[in-house]
Amino acid sequence: MNPICIIGTGLAGYTLAKELRRQKYSGSLVLITADEGRYYSKPLLSTALAQNKDTTALTLATAEQMASELQAEIKTGSPVTAIEPQQHTVTFGSTCLTYDKLVLAIGSTPIRLPLTGDGAQEVLSVNNLDDYGHFRQLVQQSRRVAIIGPGLIGCEFANDLLQSGREVLIIGPDRWPISSLLPEQAGRAVQQALASHGAVWHLETVNGPIEKSGTGYRTVLKNGVTVTADLILSAVGVRPVTALAQQAGLQVERGIVTDGYLRTSAADIFALGDCAAVNGRNLPFVAPLMAGAKALATTLCGQETAVTYPVMPIAIKTTLYPIITLPPGTTEGHWEIEPSDSGVTGRHFNAQAILDGFVLTGQATTQKSVLIKELNQ
Amino acid sequence: MKKYRCNICGYIYDEAQGVPDEGIAPGTRWADVPNDWSCPDCGVAKADFDMEEC
Repeated sequence: MNPICIIGTGLAGYTLAKELRRQKYSGSLVLITADEGRYYSKPLLSTALAQNKDTTALTLATAEQMASELQAEIKTGSPVTAIEPQQHTVTFGSTCLTYDKLVLAIGSTPIRLPLTGDGAQEVLSVNNLDDYGHFRQLVQQSRRVAIIGPGLIGCEFANDLLQSGREVLIIGPDRWPISSLLPEQAGRAVQQALASHGAVWHLETVNGPIEKSGTGYRTVLKNGVTVTADLILSAVGVRPVTALAQQAGLQVERGIVTDGYLRTSAADIFALGDCAAVNGRNLPFVAPLMAGAKALATTLCGQETAVTYPVMPIAIKTTLYPIITLPPGTTEGHWEIEPSDSGVTGRHFNAQAILDGFVLTGQATTQKSVLIKELNQ
Repeated sequence: MKKYRCNICGYIYDEAQGVPDEGIAPGTRWADVPNDWSCPDCGVAKADFDMEEC
């Protein structure tokens, strides 16, 4: 019997492999990765500076340890160059491997703005362990860090840098931080909280060309303000990695298209995690990935199982001012916000006046289970 | 009483507080949290991860 083959050894790939073994899949298992195959948690990269963790401390297990734990073959340093759905083969290096089932767990990649200026190429983004290692090294020599992108990841990095004693400035066109996931009052609360810890916000504007200046960088914002920094981090979002799937003729939209069983448009090929658009939704968070891995493992063990998502609030790791948000599925409806000195509680009601989302900030985050109960009623 | 951090998502389990909403009483030691419990934030099973002391 040919193996189940998983492309990608991020949280999605390894979680699925663990789940397969837990569900007593006893056949052969091959994981293929372009990198070193270290098992680590990407969401923790944006909280690791303050915990003084280097890449070694973040590595939960090496590829060798994972291979032994999972009784799997792990092909490291092996970018996959082609998939042939008809022949059921994947090609990496000079190897062409025939699979029984194939799972694409190839993640997401940072969106790169078309930056100009002689320093543009040195703007960092942190999306994997190696990126983090490079970033951490440069942060050691930096006093002031500019972050382009006031979204979830930008704010988590701002929080982490503030906690590790850096000056932080955050630039972006949004009216308030994390505007894609938070209503204005909650975003403003985060803005104020991080400002009280020293963050300088440059919102409703964008950076100009990134010019080198001394040992750092300088940019003139569209609003005319000049800012300088020792290091610039771009955190303007991620997009699913889809090129390989597209080349193989799989249907791709906002991610690799799958149904509720995580089946792509090609027989015996599945997609899981940040790279997938499950029933039209791309959810690049840990909780949907865990739910997907469990369902997919059950399916691959012979019992077809569609993924069912529980209520999955997103915990934003701005530890100086925590946030939990369950963004409503639609933009219709209205927010009801109870601000208080200790935090914001917001409930979103849809057009039928049914609670379909919420946000909690600061001390109010302790009310998470209360809100989930209300939502499930 | 100790605190433990989920090594996948960063959730902190505080033994002193427990997770009363999930039937884990305040004062429950991490070792006594059932193996079928999963992290309230990311859903990873207790059996599958280590909480590190923090």
